[in-house]
Amino acid sequence: MCATCGCDSDAKVSIHRVEKPQPLNIDTLLLTPIEPAPTPLPNGRKQIDLEQDILLKNNLLAERNRGYFLAKNILAINLVSSPGSGKTALLERTLNDLIGKESIYVIEGDQQTSNDADRIASSGAPVVQINTGKGCHLDSQMISEAVNQLNIQNESILFIENIGNLVCPAMFDLGEQKRVVVISVTEGEDKPLKYPDMFQSSQLCIINKIDLLPYLKFDLEALKSYGRKVNPSIEFMELSCTTGEGVTQWYTWLENQKHRNLQFA
Amino acid sequence: MHELSIVMSIVETAEEKVKEHHAQTVESIDLIIGDLAGVDSHALDFAWEAAVKNTVLQTAKEKIIHGSAARCIECDCEFQIKELFDVCPLCGEPLLQIIQGKELQIKSMILN
Repeated sequence: MCATCGCDSDAKVSIHRVEKPQPLNIDTLLLTPIEPAPTPLPNGRKQIDLEQDILLKNNLLAERNRGYFLAKNILAINLVSSPGSGKTALLERTLNDLIGKESIYVIEGDQQTSNDADRIASSGAPVVQINTGKGCHLDSQMISEAVNQLNIQNESILFIENIGNLVCPAMFDLGEQKRVVVISVTEGEDKPLKYPDMFQSSQLCIINKIDLLPYLKFDLEALKSYGRKVNPSIEFMELSCTTGEGVTQWYTWLENQKHRNLQFA
Repeated sequence: MHELSIVMSIVETAEEKVKEHHAQTVESIDLIIGDLAGVDSHALDFAWEAAVKNTVLQTAKEKIIHGSAARCIECDCEFQIKELFDVCPLCGEPLLQIIQGKELQIKSMILN
């Protein structure tokens, strides 16, 4: 040991020249996970230990989308629900109320038809329709392509209306900042227990069509308690897209998310 | 039927690996699919049969490793969680940390 400062003077000293770094190819880096060398087995066979996420490609592209949204300060919201809960109605209402105040873009996902995109387009918002054919969910590749077509301005809100399905879209990260699940009071209040994955992966649950409550036997508190069982931190919001009751809290929520987005960036 | 997308994704990776390692086919494949990963095993089997036809996985033996575990945030007790809305069996606390069960992985493959 060195007597001056106590450092280990026997340690191997390494002196090496530093070369100019080569530019990194982001595409190869992103899509080529590090993998150990294969283990040779008898008869020319070999074992490869991948330990690779099955949805790796989707997840990497989702992160790329998320980075793009962050860089441009775009608030991307993934709207999910069963068919008919009112995702498109919520978007129509939001566009009518906020157009002119906010720059809003929409990606519509449906198996077939551009009916929803046509409804959205009539509000004047730029919209891209994704038809998945037989597909039951949107994935991050579709979003990446749709976003390229939309050419979104900085500081905007992007709504992604997923396929009406409470199962499959839960599995696929699109790169959104927030996932919002819409449920209407004409559905069963035990949906969170029946489709736990969707409620667990969402941050906000919008309870729509509350103007119909007087005509229905729907237990709002039961719905919320089931939702919190699956996801203790989920937020709830009750509103009616038809009458406009409760929609201002949704706009306040969006505004808060935009500020949070800024802080995060 | 997102199980079909999952199988298609496995087929894609297997085709890539076979090509990369100059092999012919996949002899066996080990997958880790957690009990809370949102995958229905019947739907997966059904999709598997249809999707591996005429691919390097056609004759591959598949082995699936399941499992799940959670830790209670309140009392630290670890237990096997069956559903996302399960509460701690000791203290009834709903806030849990899922430590196993969300995995969706290709663990390894034997190439021939």
